[in-house]
Amino acid sequence: METLNKEKKAIKGGEFLISETSPQDVFTPEQWSEEQKMIAQTCTDFVEHEVYPKVEELDAMKDPKLMPNLLDKSGELGLLGTSIPEQYGGFGMDFNTSMLIAEKVGAGYSFAVALSAHTGIGTLPILYYGNEEQKAKYLPKLATGEWKASYCLTEPDSGSDANSGKTKADLTPDGKHYLINGQKMWITNGGFADVFIVFAKIEDDKNLTAFIVEKGFGGVTMNEEEKKMGIKGSSTRQIFFNDCKVPVENMLSERENGFKIALNILNIGRIKLASATLGAAKGVIKNALNYSQERKQFGKSIAEFGAIKHKLGEMMARVYASEAATYRAGQNIDDAYDALVAGGMEEGEAKLKAVEEFAIECAMLKVHGSETLDFVVDEGVQVYGGMGYSADAPMERAYRDSRINRIFEGTNEINRMLTIDMLLKRALKGKLDLMSPAMAVAKELTSIPDFGGDDDERVLAAEHKLIKNLKKAGLMIAGAAVQKLMATLKDEQEILMNLADMLIQVYALESAVLRTERIIESEGVEAAKVHIEMVKVYAHYAVDEATKAGKQAIYAFAEGDEMRMMLMGLKRYTKVQPHNLKVARRTIADYCLDKGDYPFN
Amino acid sequence: MKILVCITHVPDTTSKIAFTDNNTKFDSSGVQYIIGPYDDYALARAVELKEAHGGSVTVLNVGTAESEPTIRKALAIGADEAIRVNAEPTDSFFVASQIAEVAKEGYDLILMGRESIDFNSGVVHALVGEMLGIVSVSPVMRLEVEGNTATMDREIEGGKQTIQIDLPFVAGCQEPIAEWKIPNMRGIMTARTKPLNVVEPVGGEKQVKLVDYELPAAKGAVKIVAQEEVNELVKMLQNEAKVL
Ligand SMILES: Cc1cc2nc3c(=O)[nH]c(=O)nc-3n(C[C@H](O)[C@H](O)[C@H](O)COP(=O)(O)OP(=O)(O)OC[C@H]3O[C@@H](n4cnc5c(N)ncnc54)[C@H](O)[C@@H]3O)c2cc1C
Ligand SMILES: Cc1cc2nc3c(=O)[nH]c(=O)nc-3n(C[C@H](O)[C@H](O)[C@H](O)COP(=O)(O)OP(=O)(O)OC[C@H]3O[C@@H](n4cnc5c(N)ncnc54)[C@H](O)[C@@H]3O)c2cc1C
Repeated sequence: METLNKEKKAIKGGEFLISETSPQDVFTPEQWSEEQKMIAQTCTDFVEHEVYPKVEELDAMKDPKLMPNLLDKSGELGLLGTSIPEQYGGFGMDFNTSMLIAEKVGAGYSFAVALSAHTGIGTLPILYYGNEEQKAKYLPKLATGEWKASYCLTEPDSGSDANSGKTKADLTPDGKHYLINGQKMWITNGGFADVFIVFAKIEDDKNLTAFIVEKGFGGVTMNEEEKKMGIKGSSTRQIFFNDCKVPVENMLSERENGFKIALNILNIGRIKLASATLGAAKGVIKNALNYSQERKQFGKSIAEFGAIKHKLGEMMARVYASEAATYRAGQNIDDAYDALVAGGMEEGEAKLKAVEEFAIECAMLKVHGSETLDFVVDEGVQVYGGMGYSADAPMERAYRDSRINRIFEGTNEINRMLTIDMLLKRALKGKLDLMSPAMAVAKELTSIPDFGGDDDERVLAAEHKLIKNLKKAGLMIAGAAVQKLMATLKDEQEILMNLADMLIQVYALESAVLRTERIIESEGVEAAKVHIEMVKVYAHYAVDEATKAGKQAIYAFAEGDEMRMMLMGLKRYTKVQPHNLKVARRTIADYCLDKGDYPFN
Repeated sequence: MKILVCITHVPDTTSKIAFTDNNTKFDSSGVQYIIGPYDDYALARAVELKEAHGGSVTVLNVGTAESEPTIRKALAIGADEAIRVNAEPTDSFFVASQIAEVAKEGYDLILMGRESIDFNSGVVHALVGEMLGIVSVSPVMRLEVEGNTATMDREIEGGKQTIQIDLPFVAGCQEPIAEWKIPNMRGIMTARTKPLNVVEPVGGEKQVKLVDYELPAAKGAVKIVAQEEVNELVKMLQNEAKVL
């Protein structure tokens, strides 16, 4: 394994679309080390022993001390300092390990949101943009949880359009302080935070500037807790800053650098959200597997019904793909970071650069993870029937708590558009050559289809071919859309969404295939039997989604011969080998029912 | 204070149990292993005592290399070093002989679980006490050490007994002897730097030969009888369950 890793090819963000990745170049969850597994188990133990018994109480929000106390306890275990370097009281773990932690904690309902807001958007701006004094002052306290953090970007009139905030920061005449005035909204951990990362504008600046604000600075007041659909136990407040006096040395990074900070921290938040949704989804799956075996109707456990097995099999396949994609990208980030540090870059800067390199993947994963979880909780409720609708069973909470994930860390619409926007920008800058492969596809379209030699003997040869073809379909449509619409493409959001959907499916499917290939290589086909069925199930889902999105895009901008040709191309590129998916889902479901849990790592 | 904690490497309590090879071999595929739950409490108390009084905690397991992740978890929880006696732990007498051999080194306290959760004999502590010629006590639910004397609460039929014994001795522990410990990040990261010494077993012929395992019969369906239908219940107990 060591040698394999050393030979790993350096991969660029977004490159998946134009080049083939080999299984040895991806990390799969089957490779977690003993130490990573132990870390994961600690998180799971904490969630099961400390969080689950208090879930009702947390959601009732009667005791405002309960959540901060739980955070303190998790701090004692070191869970709040995993990403913080050792010199500031943390453990300096790598990126993929921090994602694994986010996953395991992600099964913890509201607690997961509180913890990730503290360790993510609350702490990371200081870690990555703070100067030495700021890091030394704040990080050790944030690492233990002595101080809790929150992140104040959103305002009543500034949500997705985050740079449009009205909060002001005015320098005092003596030049020693900024007076912050304004209103922030939807601030997670707001009710008990000691430290606020506040984004505000100085004078008539175009861009935001970030500040580290301590509650003790004065001038910070807040509204009551928001009444929410889900994650009810997580504190969410409107916060008012009235002449809040912030020492000038508490400006983070430079003036007008706040928007960039916000975006870069969000990149990290997005991919971590993807891993958190995996944890939540696995929790739901475990419950669904067990309930379906206990619940009897018509003299049988409902798990024996094909309709239920269908749901279980489909849930597994989608989570499996999401998981493969999430940690594949996580490892890409770690590898890019290692390479940058080896090249002499400072560690904090290297981490940001590495994540930024894979910002496209982060955005896609956020969408895929949150929508997979929404699918899983929806079917989870259905498996539970009436009990799924009862607040006495766990599905109801899981269903409500899932929904926020499509909204925060950038709505899924924003993330879909970003996916395409970033990709095209990289192409324009010459960082990714989308043009030549797109032109090659256009040429291929007008030539006779190649029926020749399928000499690929891999078990998943058909899926490999499908991935290649789906990429061609994406490039064909994207290329034509860019050519035809040019500068107005950015206003044709529907088409951007369609394109994003295609790419997300390509990435998820390719990740699932590569993961499975690796298992086949290391353990043989027999051991990978169920994994192969999951790939087949996922491939059909992915191709259906991609076909639907592709057609809609073509209808939206093409006409006449061009439309006909592209529709034909789409048909050619979405051809998929028939497979008995009924049997596949049953095989997956039976295997997992026997294990009683999501059993794939 | 030198404390030796003996831990088992056992299937997680929620594992599905199955056998292979004509019911003579436990099917370990996909089974997650843990530190025996009672041993886990013994370990937690050992770490607490070390924190309060100083000294060292050594964990000992008689087992194959497969036990090592479990042993390292014990190191992550707070043991200072570990010893693995490299052998299949296939019978209680054999295991006890190995433990006694290591314990001869001289420990002030030898803590074990009240019983393993895979074979549940609850005899290894007594055997080790016998082999070393020192007292063994089980199940111990409270353990305080003051100088050379330990005060313990023991569970007895329908009540609790408090006893005092001079060190050294062997104790089989159970909750609530200590607060159960989740290994923390620092512990996990330092575990890899702590010594794990592998030693070969000594003599001690295995005395038990395994013939066969049998799973308990599957539970039948549950019938619910309404409160007011006592007669119906009696009839069922007579005719169907045949217990009256
Ligand atoms: C429970 C909760 C916790 C939160 N925690 C925090 C926090 O800790 N800190 C913080 O700063 N913020 C936080 N937020 C705010 C969150 O990030 C925003 O709600 C989110 O960014 C969306 O902004 P908005 O609510 O103003 O929606 P809007 O921006 O008004 O969006 C409404 C709809 O319009 C769509 N839309 C908006 N712009 C476009 C566009 N250009 N093109 C196409 N569609 C568009 C959106 O996708 C959405 O469907 C939290 C929100 C919630 C609900
Ligand atoms: C997969 C597997 C297969 C096994 N197969 C067999 C088998 O076929 N036959 C068989 O007899 N045993 C088998 N064992 C070993 C078994 O787990 C015990 O270690 C041993 O048999 C003593 O069990 P006991 O019930 O007598 O222990 P108990 O007397 O109930 O244990 C009391 C305490 O003694 C200590 N202790 C017990 N065993 C060990 C040990 N190995 N290392 C360190 N401390 C220990 C612990 O603190 C424990 O809490 C197997 C174990 C595993 C994991």
